[in-house]
Amino acid sequence: MTVEQPNTPSPQAGWPLWEVFVRSRRGLSHTHVGSLHAPDAALALRNARDLYTRRSEGVSLWVVPSAQITASSPDEKDPFFEPAGDKPYRHPTFYEVPEGVRNL
Amino acid sequence: MTTVLPERGSGGERPGGQEAGALGVADHLAMFDAAIAADERIEPRDWMPDKYRSGLIRQIAQHAHSEIIGMQPEANWITRAPSLRRKAILIAKVQDEAGHGLYLYSAAETLGADRDDLLDKLHTGRQRYSSIFNYPTLTWADVGAVGWLVDGAAITNQVPLCRCSYGPYARAMVRVCKEESFHQRQGYELLLALSRGTPAQHAMAQDAVDRWWWPSLMMFGPPDAESSHSAQSMAWKIKRHSNDELRQRFVDICVPQAEALGLTLPDPDLRWNEERGVHDFGAIDWSEFQEVLRGNGPCNEQRVTQRRTAHENGAWVREAAAAYAAKQAARTAADTTDAGAAHPAGADSTGPEQHTEGGPAV
Amino acid sequence: MSAYEQPPGGGTPGPEHRAALALGDDALVLAQRLGEWAGHAPVLEEDVALSNIALDLLGQARTLLSLAGDEDELAYLREEREFRNVQLVEQPNGDFADTIARQLYFSVHQELLYGQLAGGRGELAELAAKAVKETAYHRDHAEQWTLRLGDGTAESRRRMQSALDGLWRYTGELFQPVEGVPADWEALASGWRNVVGAVIEQATLAVPEGPQSSAWSAGTGRQGVHTEAFGRMLAEMQHLHRSHPGASW
Repeated sequence: MTVEQPNTPSPQAGWPLWEVFVRSRRGLSHTHVGSLHAPDAALALRNARDLYTRRSEGVSLWVVPSAQITASSPDEKDPFFEPAGDKPYRHPTFYEVPEGVRNL
Repeated sequence: MTTVLPERGSGGERPGGQEAGALGVADHLAMFDAAIAADERIEPRDWMPDKYRSGLIRQIAQHAHSEIIGMQPEANWITRAPSLRRKAILIAKVQDEAGHGLYLYSAAETLGADRDDLLDKLHTGRQRYSSIFNYPTLTWADVGAVGWLVDGAAITNQVPLCRCSYGPYARAMVRVCKEESFHQRQGYELLLALSRGTPAQHAMAQDAVDRWWWPSLMMFGPPDAESSHSAQSMAWKIKRHSNDELRQRFVDICVPQAEALGLTLPDPDLRWNEERGVHDFGAIDWSEFQEVLRGNGPCNEQRVTQRRTAHENGAWVREAAAAYAAKQAARTAADTTDAGAAHPAGADSTGPEQHTEGGPAV
Repeated sequence: MSAYEQPPGGGTPGPEHRAALALGDDALVLAQRLGEWAGHAPVLEEDVALSNIALDLLGQARTLLSLAGDEDELAYLREEREFRNVQLVEQPNGDFADTIARQLYFSVHQELLYGQLAGGRGELAELAAKAVKETAYHRDHAEQWTLRLGDGTAESRRRMQSALDGLWRYTGELFQPVEGVPADWEALASGWRNVVGAVIEQATLAVPEGPQSSAWSAGTGRQGVHTEAFGRMLAEMQHLHRSHPGASW
């Protein structure tokens, strides 16, 4: 399905692409911020530190080889995500609560 | 709907396939147009017209190239900055430009472009960067003029790009604009110190503004009537305002700022037009713009040569790091094999891999 | 003694003042050299990394020089013979391996020294406690690259070994006691040899064997005796400031 494979290292440099995730402060999840090139995981982490946390944007970093991420396809958006849309009973607002009943 | 499972390694922010699957091209185009009309963002794995993709790669690459070529005229003054405070500010600014280049190359790569390939196009003159960086920074005041006028023009251009239809580009621009807000201010502050300083410093500041004003106005590109890419870019919401609109906005912003600086702008025709509610300004010398674009600016050759030289001089370093990573990966693989052999029962043969450090095999 | 060696309040410069000048000049001069890399690094990510290190060092220099007087007067108006930095930090950038070797030698020294000083009291200890974290990162950066260049390709290996050998003769000065710096210099020297030796060996390279100082008895950087390249570096650094006496920027 995928016609382009941008993650193949070019013969010239051979530095693969890494995706960078930053936890901006304790209590929050890591969030994707972008990508960078690095020859290996150790330098990827250091480059990420220098590039994405210069202004104290983070307290923790993840780097993941871009080639290692498996993503859902936009073409399968409907079968993947639409069935969840007609199950309102998963949400608390689906249920009626008699007036005056509290802490529910 | 397609029955093909997402491929391993197809990447989260990596481009998707362009095959139509069960949906025809017409269906995809309709969905794409609907997303644009609804002001939704287009994301890397979405179907998109080839021209949308190639146009964006061209624009983002040119933008990234401008950031990294733009390091040169300012880095020219790092070693000579006249106070330690100014030196620190300038290093941080030039560093940001390298960072912005990286954010933008990263955005271009989500469209299937490869950074090495884009750099190669820059080094061989097949892709452009903003012509403004083909002008020299002759005095310290030029650092101020570049910050105030060039970064000011860039910000005027870039703020609308934060709402551009392509998600990764818009997100990169949000980050860039946030960081750039200090760039323009430091330039203005630098010029203010000079303007209020000794007569020699004041003259230096005025001279710099005289040289940078017109090239800054040219940064918005040719007049709307002659702009070759504008109409389609506007329709696809890559671009949100026309060149002339943004140029006018910039002039109107700069006039009172120049007054506060105590410096003049080198345009005898510049005056407030009560009727239109904007400033009239003199005719831009588009022949200079075309000439500089064609390669006849004062620094075209110098800028590209320095970039290419840095890249070529660094080849052995990049190769060394890649070779080291390959060796480490091979060592780790060998260790894993040994570990597997040591536990013939193989109850947890995938265990050691989970502790793998170092890079992926290249 | 020059006017610029006077402490801010006048009088005879004390040992703390001399200490701040020596360590401040080390940081300033190395920051100046690293600043020359901007736009020339082997890869964009490294442009960002080297600038970060330069900014850390410049920050340290400004704090230290301010302990000794006015930072800009000290940086821009002293003559070459009044600078107290070690000769190692003023060595030209050379190729990337030369810069990494200089970083390795200096950052290991600085991390160990600041580590010692951080336990003490006073302004120097305060600066050291903050700077030691920055310096640990500089050392890590130098270490990572020493490994990659040493154990990379044949060419990178040759360049890295030659860089380590070439700068070795400037390393002895790092352990010359500096008045006002309350360090255990012997422990510093042996600690430095252990760390640097381990990194070089892990990089599959040879620890240089030559002398760690030159035979010239005129003095070293700490006494204001520098190398030829330093005068040119200062001329570039100072000329604009000196061209406009008394101006503010």
